[in-house]
Amino acid sequence: MRPLAMRMREKVVLRVVSRSFIPFVLLFGFYVQFHGDFGPGGGFQAGVIVAAGLILYAMIFGLDAARLVVPQRWTEIGAVVGVLLYGGVGALSLLLGGNFLDYNLLDSHDPMHGQHLGILLVELGVGITVTSVMIMIYYVFAGRGVGARPPTAADAER
Amino acid sequence: MTQLVPLQVVIPLLAAPICLLLRDRRYAYVFSLAVVWATFAVSVALLGQVLGSGPLSYAMGGWAPPFGIEYRVDTLNAFVLLIVAGIAAVVLPAGVGPGSRAAQDGREYIFYTAFLLCLAGLLGVTITGDAFNVFVFLEISSLASYVLVSLGDDRRAFVAAFSYLIVGTIGGTFILIGIGLAYQMTGTLNMEDLAARLPLVTDQRTTRVAFAFLTIGIAIKLAVFPLHQWLPNAYSQAPAVVSAFLSATGTKVAYYLLVRFVFTIFGAGFVFGALHLDAILMPLSIAAMFLGSIAAIYQTDLKRLLAYSSIAQVGYMTLGLSMASIDGLTGGIVHLFNHALMKGGLFLVVACVAERLHSTRLVDLRGLGRRMPITTAAFVIGGLGLIGVPGTAGFVSKWYLVLGALERDSILLAFLILLSSLLAVVYLWRIVELAYFQAPDADAAPIREASSSLIPACVLIAATLYFGIFTEWSAGVARSAAIWLMGGPV
Amino acid sequence: MELGVWNYWVVIILMMIGLYTVIARENMIKKIMGLNLFQVSVIMLYITMGKVDGGTAPIVVEASHTASPVIYSNPVPHVLMLTAIVVGVAVTAVGLALVVRIRETYGTIEEAEIAEIEGDAA
Repeated sequence: MRPLAMRMREKVVLRVVSRSFIPFVLLFGFYVQFHGDFGPGGGFQAGVIVAAGLILYAMIFGLDAARLVVPQRWTEIGAVVGVLLYGGVGALSLLLGGNFLDYNLLDSHDPMHGQHLGILLVELGVGITVTSVMIMIYYVFAGRGVGARPPTAADAER
Repeated sequence: MTQLVPLQVVIPLLAAPICLLLRDRRYAYVFSLAVVWATFAVSVALLGQVLGSGPLSYAMGGWAPPFGIEYRVDTLNAFVLLIVAGIAAVVLPAGVGPGSRAAQDGREYIFYTAFLLCLAGLLGVTITGDAFNVFVFLEISSLASYVLVSLGDDRRAFVAAFSYLIVGTIGGTFILIGIGLAYQMTGTLNMEDLAARLPLVTDQRTTRVAFAFLTIGIAIKLAVFPLHQWLPNAYSQAPAVVSAFLSATGTKVAYYLLVRFVFTIFGAGFVFGALHLDAILMPLSIAAMFLGSIAAIYQTDLKRLLAYSSIAQVGYMTLGLSMASIDGLTGGIVHLFNHALMKGGLFLVVACVAERLHSTRLVDLRGLGRRMPITTAAFVIGGLGLIGVPGTAGFVSKWYLVLGALERDSILLAFLILLSSLLAVVYLWRIVELAYFQAPDADAAPIREASSSLIPACVLIAATLYFGIFTEWSAGVARSAAIWLMGGPV
Repeated sequence: MELGVWNYWVVIILMMIGLYTVIARENMIKKIMGLNLFQVSVIMLYITMGKVDGGTAPIVVEASHTASPVIYSNPVPHVLMLTAIVVGVAVTAVGLALVVRIRETYGTIEEAEIAEIEGDAA
């Protein structure tokens, strides 16, 4: 049996449709992300949608092509940066003399605007982490191969 | 300085991902050491404040409870926080050890990341005043501990971690169902609010079912006797340092949760008066004390032996709870503290043995008293604590348990506590006999004492002696927590 | 039967199917599937408890747009379940990672066969 990536290369419909489809998936992801503080949505949902778009790309065009778009190392850094952004907002409000994650203090003039900014930043952190972790999980499992082979340093069990 | 309250959890929680980025073995080690010691310092400061000026309440994000998430520190959980952070501060310097899978792959940072996450989760469970938060932090610590167990040097560690994951997740989900049903009855997740509203609906079946789910779920995490099967495998396959940390903190936090839900949230009157939890928990505790010790007698591996002994020791703690008296509860809480020291110390001794002998089988311990004198002496002292010999920490907790039994006018119960202690003599004597009265193999190479784990092991074992002789502090704090739980003045 | 009762029946049936699968199946992947089903049933338990008869999605409606007062469903269980879903995903990921490693070292994911291999080795 030929490798999956090779067989996928012959599926013209899948390739063409997904190529035109993925940008809209990503766009919708960003809409859900940044509209999340006004309506339904937020980091979790947006992160999963963006990750779904990229995972679709990886499934159609192969893992190697996907790794050129989003290197595996980026997903690890992204997962950490997102958590730290979330925690950083909390720590900042702590330093400003309020309670942990008290967004009111982020804007010294207008607490409402502070709330807005806080939610935006925290949800951005959540979105980055969720996207990164979802892609990372896909990479780790898909890159593992079917047969048993000795583990390498790149295979992380997390 | 109420700002210390969130820092207790936030410091290890945010340090864990940074540890993941550090990569280098030494950087990750030094960084996580600094983090656990800072966490320990915070817990010491918190306990000092609570003992000085009463409970602390902290509103996350400035949203006032009961609508926002509240972190609440009182005598009981400040004490547990101190134990968890203290054990982490002593255990972590031992490092992951060269035998484990993380070290073989050159990925020690995974160990440190998972360790810090587990610590953050356990501290979070203890400090939070929000029932749903309990579930979230419990799952954080559980997930991290599955990873930690899977780092063991044997391939069986994967299977042990997998069955631990299945059982642990069922336990966690049971707790989630219980919290959901309690929320359904009261419309609140804040523990204080729950405590105020649940007594009004105790005649409803949903409340009783909620309590049943919560109790079973916590009992799985606590390894109460018939639900203990995951524990021996997980503890015996994990790296010895991980076993030391988990045995000294994981089941202890679960015990704290049980105490919290039984006494502060549902109320002793409902739990013992209407539902008769003691009628179920007391026989199970006694069964755990005996069957755990008997199973330990028949083990051929040092780690498994200690793991089965843990089941017996959990039995003592739940026995104290099921007495529902100030003395019994004091015994349970002080045993939580003492057993954390003893079992943490003993598992660290095992880490020393494993580092030099590359084996934890009992037959390989022959003549160890001559080959590793300090290590073996530390093991014997820790073992005396498990038996409950006067002058060691274990004696203090058994003293209060016997007092609790006598208060119930149950000579039989007091007799059973003493009898089960004698079983500990049997399984520990086997090791003493092997280590001191049998000659090492003729071809055994001389070995040195272990490098990194010896000092932490000695610190914990010395602490069991210290708290066995100077009991005012540990027993005093446990007693004031018990009086408060039983509804007395703080 | 009224709506308020049969949703709990669905939850309980799903829960029992999940729990039974976890207990009865030897195959580790099937065990994880059972575990997922079990967790999903709890998510449904929470979601149904948040539903208010005639309630709408809890998004603020401008008062001028409606004549009668708006009834909202309770959003809290939904938010809680967002977290529970994440926990479920994490548990599944760790579980599957362990299954992959078990498959690589033992060559099987049947618990009985692993016990057999270990029995021979010991």
